[in-house]
Amino acid sequence: MSERTAPSAGRSEPPLLVAGGTLVDPVAKRTRRADLLVRDGVIAAIEAGISEQLPRRGASTIHRIDATGLLVMPGFVDIHVHLREPGFEYKETIATGTRSAVAGGVTSVACMANTRPVNDSPAVTRFILERAHAAALAKVFPIGAVSLGLAGEQLAPFAGMFDSGIVAVSDDGHPVMDAELMRRALECAKMFGMPVIDHAEDRALVAGGVMHEGAVSLRLGLRGIPAAAEDVMVARDIALAGLTGGHLHVAHISSAGSVRMVRMARAAGIRITTEVSPHHLWLTDEAVTAYRTNAKMAPPLRTEGDRQALLEGLADGTIDCIATDHAPHHKDEKDVEFDCAANGVVGLETMLPLVLRLVEDGVLDLPTAIAKISSEPAAVLGLPVGTLEVGRAADLAIVDPAREWKVDSAEMFSKSKNTPFEGWTMRGRSVLTMVDGRTVHDDRAPQPVRGAAEREVRP
Amino acid sequence: MLFARPHLLGLEGLTAEEIDFLLDSAESFKEVSEREIKKVPALRGRTVVNLFYEASTRTRTSFEIAAKRLSADTINLSASASSAAKGETLTDTARNLAAMRPDAIVVRHPSSGAPDLLARHVDCPIINAGDGAHEHPTQALLDLLTIRERKGRIAGLTVAIVGDVLHSRVARSNLFGLLTMGAKVRFVGPPTLVPPGFSELGAEIVWDLHEGLKDVDVVMMLRIQRERMNGRYFSSLDEYSRLYCLSADAVARARKDVIILHPGPMNRGVEISSTVADGPYSVIMDQVTNGVAVRMAVLYVLVGRRKAGAEQGEGAVPIALAEASPRRAATGE
Ligand SMILES: [Zn+2]
Repeated sequence: MSERTAPSAGRSEPPLLVAGGTLVDPVAKRTRRADLLVRDGVIAAIEAGISEQLPRRGASTIHRIDATGLLVMPGFVDIHVHLREPGFEYKETIATGTRSAVAGGVTSVACMANTRPVNDSPAVTRFILERAHAAALAKVFPIGAVSLGLAGEQLAPFAGMFDSGIVAVSDDGHPVMDAELMRRALECAKMFGMPVIDHAEDRALVAGGVMHEGAVSLRLGLRGIPAAAEDVMVARDIALAGLTGGHLHVAHISSAGSVRMVRMARAAGIRITTEVSPHHLWLTDEAVTAYRTNAKMAPPLRTEGDRQALLEGLADGTIDCIATDHAPHHKDEKDVEFDCAANGVVGLETMLPLVLRLVEDGVLDLPTAIAKISSEPAAVLGLPVGTLEVGRAADLAIVDPAREWKVDSAEMFSKSKNTPFEGWTMRGRSVLTMVDGRTVHDDRAPQPVRGAAEREVRP
Repeated sequence: MLFARPHLLGLEGLTAEEIDFLLDSAESFKEVSEREIKKVPALRGRTVVNLFYEASTRTRTSFEIAAKRLSADTINLSASASSAAKGETLTDTARNLAAMRPDAIVVRHPSSGAPDLLARHVDCPIINAGDGAHEHPTQALLDLLTIRERKGRIAGLTVAIVGDVLHSRVARSNLFGLLTMGAKVRFVGPPTLVPPGFSELGAEIVWDLHEGLKDVDVVMMLRIQRERMNGRYFSSLDEYSRLYCLSADAVARARKDVIILHPGPMNRGVEISSTVADGPYSVIMDQVTNGVAVRMAVLYVLVGRRKAGAEQGEGAVPIALAEASPRRAATGE
């Protein structure tokens, strides 16, 4: 796929040097000490000791960022985000959502089509891109609807939306119940090299359920959703992917059965990719206890057995990437009876430390864990982001892996506060986030005054 | 104080001591209902709000009588009369009610967990009078009291709970209460209404009625809701009745001194045969009497001690009334 983000012409900013940090390369799967030079918003060089060579290269003014003790990573790529604009600006806007993203080190988001109006037309796609451009924070890649109005009846105009900039199609939140329509979507999306993103839940089996069906739902007297509701849809869509040769991407995979089937399908050569959400990796249905509506989402939090299967799937590569399913909701939509509460949680600002926990727990090594939120999701959608490569846009997350902080929803940048991780102590934070070499989030601790030679200059 | 919790949201998580304490208190209050003037001044000047989002003459009346016998003022708000019809949220209703400074809110709601939500928004005791398919703690307490009176104990008994367990808050509260008190619980019904997952909560699951009643000390019948017998959970009421109607035959499998509880009203000929319903095992009238006593106890324990706490200082919250009246013998009549 061609570069979608050309460096802006006529930029006359001085080059920027990120010096002394440890680079995490998700493609080469390694870490190394090196400096990184950014020129005109693009990574111009990655080498150890650029700082010493610079004067010889004749750069007059250089902005220098001291990354000593920090990890320099590609900005993260979250391919499952609900930005809510247009239509639900009281929950989130493209500006607040992308502000939340960059606070979490996320420099690219793909946003779902369930806005109002639905993103089922080139006009809505263009509107989203215009708003994203105006916000000038994270890069936004719109996802178009599979069906007009998400109604599951008629295909949306894939060609027109593709020309306007969509990168995938999905009726996320509204499972495509009509198997024939799903088949046709896979066939048509294939022409554009786009995946169909599958919210795999059989509505007949969901049957009004509000949480995972199991001992906890029985204890709480809440209507359950069996894991089979996801399994049967994943099974169906694997068959359809096989039939059509289309690219199926299973969103927020949550059940052990689905992971098993995807593993088998991939072994059989079927084109299927998957993502898992941090909340499904770290929480189980026990989190619903006391009717906590911030533990309500679709698909629901499942059992410890499912969680272990997700971790295994992540480790053996069955699950390609991690995506937050960032789903902002107003307090009034959550502070209600559990039955009535909206589905979904915010996730952009808590993703990184939850992924770093996978490293701490020995599930993944650091470069692989970071690949799951950078190069891998970018590859799923074919986005030209998520790597540390000379010539690529300088989208960076400079991370302090030791920074401890407590989740306090009141301090979040998202307009909505519906996090299930409230009060958790997290370790790791993006202290400096850059998009095209421009600082879009700066959370560096105040530095002690040092000698002039070491002084940092903020770009 | 043996019961220091601010609310009664369910029996799950209560200790055996706490349940015993509530049952002992209820036993003491039974005496009040036998007086000529059935009233004590324990909650004079207190206001109890009955907030009912579901019709339930039986439970509401029982709570109302209980509150009145304690001299509390009661206010009944039913869903149609309250703001629910106008779309006011439960949270807003809670805030409005809280502003009126009630001393307790008794709530019945079709959504599981609604009392928990209320409890987060008001600072007076919340008493759960039935929430969705979750819990109905006072019903289970009156069942426990009835069992204890008739059997002299709860520990070691085997109790069969028969019917639509999946949708039953009575079944859940009884499960939690009975297990805590040391009884064994058997859920009896078809797999659509008694899913196997209940075994993880400590119940034994039996689909066959005759097998399920084998050697049980207590049979607890759940009310069958006709609208659920619509071909999704079970083919028809007739089909259900064919397998699960409590006949004399089935009862013969139980222990000789078996007692049969039913939360009423009964569907004769559907879930229980008339022979059994009118037979010597039924303790339904005990259940009704005990219902008032249990609710008096719960109101007194939750509301009365707030007053005592305020006026007498920390800790000293004697159940003076309970201690002054003679304990009833724990035997059947
Ligand atoms: Zn979804």
